[in-house]
Amino acid sequence: MNFDFSEDQKLLQKTARDFLAEHSPLTVCREILESDQPYSQALFKATAEMGFQGTVIPEEYGGAGFGHLELAVVAEELGRAVAPVPFSSSVYLATEAILLAGSDEQKQQYLPKLASGEAVGTLAVVEKPGQNGTEGIEAAFKDGKLSGTKLPVPDGDVADFAIVAAGAKDGLALVIVDLDADGVKREAVGSFDPSRSLAQIEFTDAPASLLGDVGAAEAILDKVFDRAAVLIGFEQLGGAERAFEITKEFMQGRYAFGRPIASFQALKHRLADLWCEIQLTRSNCYYGAWALSNDDDELGIAACISRIAACKAYDLAGVEMIQLHGGVGYTWEYDCHLFYRRAKFLSVVIGSPASWKHKLVSRLQAQNAA
Amino acid sequence: MDFNDTPEEAAFRDEARSWLEANSKLKDPDDPGEDLLGERSSPEVIQAAQGWQKQKADAGWACITWPKEYGGREATAIQSVIWGQEEGKFQTPPNVFGIGLGMCGPTILTHGTEEQKQRWIPELLSGEKIWCQLFSEPAAGSDLAGLRTTAVKDGDDWVVNGQKIWTTGAHFCEWGILVVRTDANVAKHAGLSYFVVDMQAPGVEIRPIVQINGGKGFNEVFFTDVRIPDANRLSEVGNGWAVAITTLMNERASIGGGGAGGGVSDLLEMAEETELEGRPAIEDSAVREKIADLYTRSRGVQYTGYRTLTALSRGTTPGPESSLGKLVGGALAQDMAAFGIELAGVTGATLDDGITPNDSLWQEMYLSIPGLRIAGGTDEVLRNIIAERVLGLPPETRADKGIAFKDIPTAPAN
Repeated sequence: MNFDFSEDQKLLQKTARDFLAEHSPLTVCREILESDQPYSQALFKATAEMGFQGTVIPEEYGGAGFGHLELAVVAEELGRAVAPVPFSSSVYLATEAILLAGSDEQKQQYLPKLASGEAVGTLAVVEKPGQNGTEGIEAAFKDGKLSGTKLPVPDGDVADFAIVAAGAKDGLALVIVDLDADGVKREAVGSFDPSRSLAQIEFTDAPASLLGDVGAAEAILDKVFDRAAVLIGFEQLGGAERAFEITKEFMQGRYAFGRPIASFQALKHRLADLWCEIQLTRSNCYYGAWALSNDDDELGIAACISRIAACKAYDLAGVEMIQLHGGVGYTWEYDCHLFYRRAKFLSVVIGSPASWKHKLVSRLQAQNAA
Repeated sequence: MDFNDTPEEAAFRDEARSWLEANSKLKDPDDPGEDLLGERSSPEVIQAAQGWQKQKADAGWACITWPKEYGGREATAIQSVIWGQEEGKFQTPPNVFGIGLGMCGPTILTHGTEEQKQRWIPELLSGEKIWCQLFSEPAAGSDLAGLRTTAVKDGDDWVVNGQKIWTTGAHFCEWGILVVRTDANVAKHAGLSYFVVDMQAPGVEIRPIVQINGGKGFNEVFFTDVRIPDANRLSEVGNGWAVAITTLMNERASIGGGGAGGGVSDLLEMAEETELEGRPAIEDSAVREKIADLYTRSRGVQYTGYRTLTALSRGTTPGPESSLGKLVGGALAQDMAAFGIELAGVTGATLDDGITPNDSLWQEMYLSIPGLRIAGGTDEVLRNIIAERVLGLPPETRADKGIAFKDIPTAPAN
């Protein structure tokens, strides 16, 4: 039994952690959260120079040619840093979609720029409140042109291109659109977590080209979302663990009634419970990473349990972090709300936990029927 | 990252499986398995259990991690896990040796004299003698060090008076490990001593306790002027707590094996077969989300176990995540059982062989699981241990620290 990362992967993780401790302390997240800047361009450039964006992009396209286990440990560190960059959109969504479904020409066109950080990509699927996936899409692709509105699109305001889900004559299609071209009107929308941006994008006969075959969109998207679920799961794991550590340290230094509040049993038990949730998440995410790196048939189920566990743990960490800090936890000045916001943002950005729970049960039923 | 045995582990597994195949039969996959807290003391069961243990002992497959000189094979921790995994697949009599082999034996091997080891270990290993653990008392469960059973020296013997409780298997055991108070004038931990007691000695009275599920697996054991030879003392007088810690560490060392009863796949199947609001329950959103949550959590516990196995496979000490199996697993099992009962609607209230779905699995599980959340470290104590030993949080102020045992309050002051 070797249910662990290798020594090399752990070394990469340490390198990423040290790098982000220097280039993405929480002050950087806060800076983006408080300003009009949609993300930290300096940080995004720096992570690209480290090779992070290109972790799983083959070397022939300028990437590092590593696997998803390497990307998972990088993701965990980005999550721990609450890094304010469009990494998840560009890497876990756009890059994965092109790797999965792109033609050689499309790979040649986009992957090198994604690897170098020169281009930011994203995925645009939902259109109205309540939606989590491809149900009810009204955007349409016809004769090489895309029309419709997508809202909200993660990093849609800063992305150079988007992969968009739209209806075509014979089924759902995925198309790639240059977001600086004619026929694209976009504006940032307010984000619950201002350290991550969201946009509304209106397409009016915008030129677009197919990614993969018409009718294959659902299968491609399923796969992309599964991969993203695991990778975002690692970000949530990192964030939850950091929130937990900060909270524990605070409680050890904060005195009330003559002793550290960390010595009160009721609070100790809550920290113990939070620790358990984080450990369970780590275990489920490791399984997700294994399934992802082996492209195993189990990925469909592994992705669901990674995401469901990670959403629960990070949400709980965010809630408990504020509560266990007492009054100061509720202030803008303290860092608690950075985690609180990011946790909830990540809990919905690729579909709510409820939607993933339904997906899990459907997949379990399909597995039983097989 | 993979789930495979190393070549050495695979070879060991083959060896284990070959012997098991030659000496037993594979389990029926539909076999519900052991009733965890139920009664297993019928003479037939005990005889069968002893027969199997002897068969293993004669072939070198009993207590495989124990020293060779006493009948073990000095196997590694991961080999012990592999053996357990393989044995678990075969039809074997219920295990009545969990306490003796899991706790008593390791304690004697650590703290016993050579003479004591020679005297007790071989017959423990072979199953010839069955052992129990006499630790908890009515006034001392979680606060074990607050125990009150006394032992007073009289010539070459110690005279024991008091009462133990929750003693699993006392009614069919020959020997027991016993912690008693030998000095009430010092702090509670410092005045304890550790003995091995003959369960058939005069003055030992065993009374069964009935569990909420009707089982009678454990007992009260009363000691009235019971004489124990000083030769049956383990370690120095007054060092009983340290020896007890060894016993308790071994109690917690067992890696959570398998689910306590039904699993999520059973719930999924049941949800497909029963109706809710006029259609299959599995189509109901709340049911789907609940099943998804239970499934996710079960997998989390399972994969946490894999991380522990990884450490054992490498020959390193498992990390702190090993502490969470029982804490998370107990409440999870109870939650699953409750859900299984409710899926049956009003019929969930029955407990009747021909009528209750799933052979009353959920009802029986719901009645058995509360014991698991209390025995071997309550959920609350486990949380304290995680908080204080794993997370390093400061201990609670204790009201009985540094006070002579005789001065510790034990009831409201009137």
